Amino acid sequence: MITLVKSKLKTFAGGIHPDEDGKVLTRDKKEVSIPLPRTVYVFMSQHIGAPAKPVVKKGDIVKKGQLIGDAQGFISANVHASVSGKVIDVVPWPHPVTGVKSPAVIIENAGDDSWTEGANVAPDSDINLITPNEIRQRIQSAGIVGLGGATFPTHVKLTPPKDKTIDTVVMNGAECEPYLTCDYRLMLDKPHEIIQGLKLVMKCTGCKKAHIGVEENKTDVYALFKDLLSNDPQIKIDLMEVKYPQGAEHQLIKALLNREFKPTQLPLEVGAIVINVGTAFAVYEAVKFRRPLIERLVTVTGDGVENPQNFWVRLGTPVKQLLEEAKIAANVNKIIFGGPMMGIAQGNIDTAVTIKGTGGILVLRGAQKWESHACIRCGRCVDSCPYGLNPSELSILCEAKEFSLALENNVMECKECGCCSYICPAKRPIVHSIKFAKAEIVKQKGKA
Amino acid sequence: MSNQIQGNTALIVSTSPHIRDAESIPRIMWSVVFSLIPAGIAGIFTFGYYSLYVVFLSCVAAVVSEIFILLLRKQPVVNTIKDGSAVVTGILLAYTLPPGVSWYIPVVGSFFAIAVVKHAFGGLGNNIWNPALAARAFLQVAYPAVINSDWRVLQHGIGNLVHSIVRIDPEGKLVDAITRATPLAKEAGAETYLLTQLLMGNVPGCIGETSVIALLAGGAYLIYKRYVKWYVPVCYIATVFVFVLILPPRVTTPWANDPFYHICAGGLFLGAFFMATDMVTSPLTKRGLVIFAVGAGVLTALIRFYSGYPEGVCYSILLMNTATPLIDRYTKPRLYGTGEKRV
Repeated sequence: MITLVKSKLKTFAGGIHPDEDGKVLTRDKKEVSIPLPRTVYVFMSQHIGAPAKPVVKKGDIVKKGQLIGDAQGFISANVHASVSGKVIDVVPWPHPVTGVKSPAVIIENAGDDSWTEGANVAPDSDINLITPNEIRQRIQSAGIVGLGGATFPTHVKLTPPKDKTIDTVVMNGAECEPYLTCDYRLMLDKPHEIIQGLKLVMKCTGCKKAHIGVEENKTDVYALFKDLLSNDPQIKIDLMEVKYPQGAEHQLIKALLNREFKPTQLPLEVGAIVINVGTAFAVYEAVKFRRPLIERLVTVTGDGVENPQNFWVRLGTPVKQLLEEAKIAANVNKIIFGGPMMGIAQGNIDTAVTIKGTGGILVLRGAQKWESHACIRCGRCVDSCPYGLNPSELSILCEAKEFSLALENNVMECKECGCCSYICPAKRPIVHSIKFAKAEIVKQKGKA
Repeated sequence: MSNQIQGNTALIVSTSPHIRDAESIPRIMWSVVFSLIPAGIAGIFTFGYYSLYVVFLSCVAAVVSEIFILLLRKQPVVNTIKDGSAVVTGILLAYTLPPGVSWYIPVVGSFFAIAVVKHAFGGLGNNIWNPALAARAFLQVAYPAVINSDWRVLQHGIGNLVHSIVRIDPEGKLVDAITRATPLAKEAGAETYLLTQLLMGNVPGCIGETSVIALLAGGAYLIYKRYVKWYVPVCYIATVFVFVLILPPRVTTPWANDPFYHICAGGLFLGAFFMATDMVTSPLTKRGLVIFAVGAGVLTALIRFYSGYPEGVCYSILLMNTATPLIDRYTKPRLYGTGEKRV
């Protein structure tokens, strides 16, 4: 097909342009550290896969960076103490993502904040001499997971099956979720470290090529990286259209490499792996200084806070403390972990604590409840679905509990990006119905 | 401070996404009403104030019928009325009626559209056929004499508007009213109109169908607002255009094989921009919509050429409405990562 007007910007088919951007609230705020939390609640499950097994017990004294949860099985990740202090308890605690109670190690901060032995060591004289295996091992022991939100254990991602070859590392600097700016701030503040982390991942996987994608609303980052990469022909960087979900693996790889794979498949099907800029930074920290993943940048934002900020936050920090730092306003009616498109609304803010995948906390005052109407078949959801599904039909089937028909219509291929629900003029809770149906289908499969 | 945080019993917990587009059903429907205004003004200009009375009656009947049925169905009344869909149906039905039609025709038609075509199938979103068109087809069958004879003689210019409020034309020219039903009339001796007349709309016809320019203005607005996908009216009209060129005609009117005359005369623009584009009763995907539009075009041309009716827009769209579930089944979107790449 002949394209008459060809946009310079790379992108994908489908998706949405949310009216609300919200990034302006925090994009010019330099990231700050907050006072250390008095108590941290460190979950054993902060990643996709099997929860780690607690290796400390009530009364133990732990140091910052000490292993407190041991990865179980192939897809799992280590968990470390994020402060130094005393283990008050190891108990099930309400998990901010799943909503059900899950084991957490509660540590009372002693305040000295001293590293455990073997962590935060003097760097190797030349990190370029570290072997790929050593890189992988340091990443694994540091408990690094995908910090873009999916929290897939990074060392597993860097260990592709023997029959798959990977030729390109794709680094995600899109940050397509409205409101969130933590990746943007990190890219401005730590570009050298992020590029080093990317190179370590390239070396670890034996990739000769890397491709960085940033959305067009971050031209300053683009210019900065372009400059830093001027002597690195192996690493390309491109501007992409500002469109949600540009930062999702499928859309990123489509935009940058023009390769397609099924929604349920992994990028390694098309010879690529995707890492987030935050993950690249964590990789650098882990390999160079052997610092385990115990803190991350979190955007605390929304009209429900008077002082929206990007905070460096220790894992397991109570959200209440972050909200106080950001000066929570009156009449807040919704608090979301993550961005507005895929984030998870919290029901109890007294128990909520941050985990590895928490890139943002969105606090809203005027959050609405929408009344839904029967589908008027406008087709906007079909046009917006980046995965080629028919959300209109799926939502009707899922509501009617017609699960076998929903399966025939590829319900399991839905990535729950939310474009369909966002765009629906009848305000149908399409993602909600699909999530419900997927859970029911998995349950029924388990019984069979 | 801490009070505010603790007072979180009112936190809304719901599934993502937590923001929604500003677009809504009422906004779409009232925009359609707005876009129909130019064609209405053109109709009143051409046929007189009585046309406005017909449109008004039709809308009131549609809204009253909707309230009545909603009460029967124990459904929320106020919000549903506010969504504007009954008004759209009322206007569209009136636009397909002869300008001099008796008062009970729009009333009965609107009731049929709302009660039978829309609500008997589950209300807005669940109807199979476009309510206005199905009601028009019903009236055609139920009141053939009235529908086929109540054509108003043209009232040229504003000066005559006052006279046209009465049903009997002051000049008493109702004698040859039937042959003046539409510029597409096939009978011998039927009048032929200039293309400029057809574009402006000062030709006989139904209330809202005559002015191509007014319909285009409304249609362009809907395309700009993205409520209408441009390829639906374009494919529909283009298909009629092509088939008029290639089909062997059975009549010897001067315009028998004139594609420009065919697309500008009759209800094609009204149907192509405002009825074939009804979201509820047309397919979901682009491929489906193109098949729908081309199918409606072929049927319109066939009916106009080879049936007893001069006009085929109404039945062709209703037939394609009927085929919509089938079209949807065979034009499912392609799952990402399978088959050809998306461009």
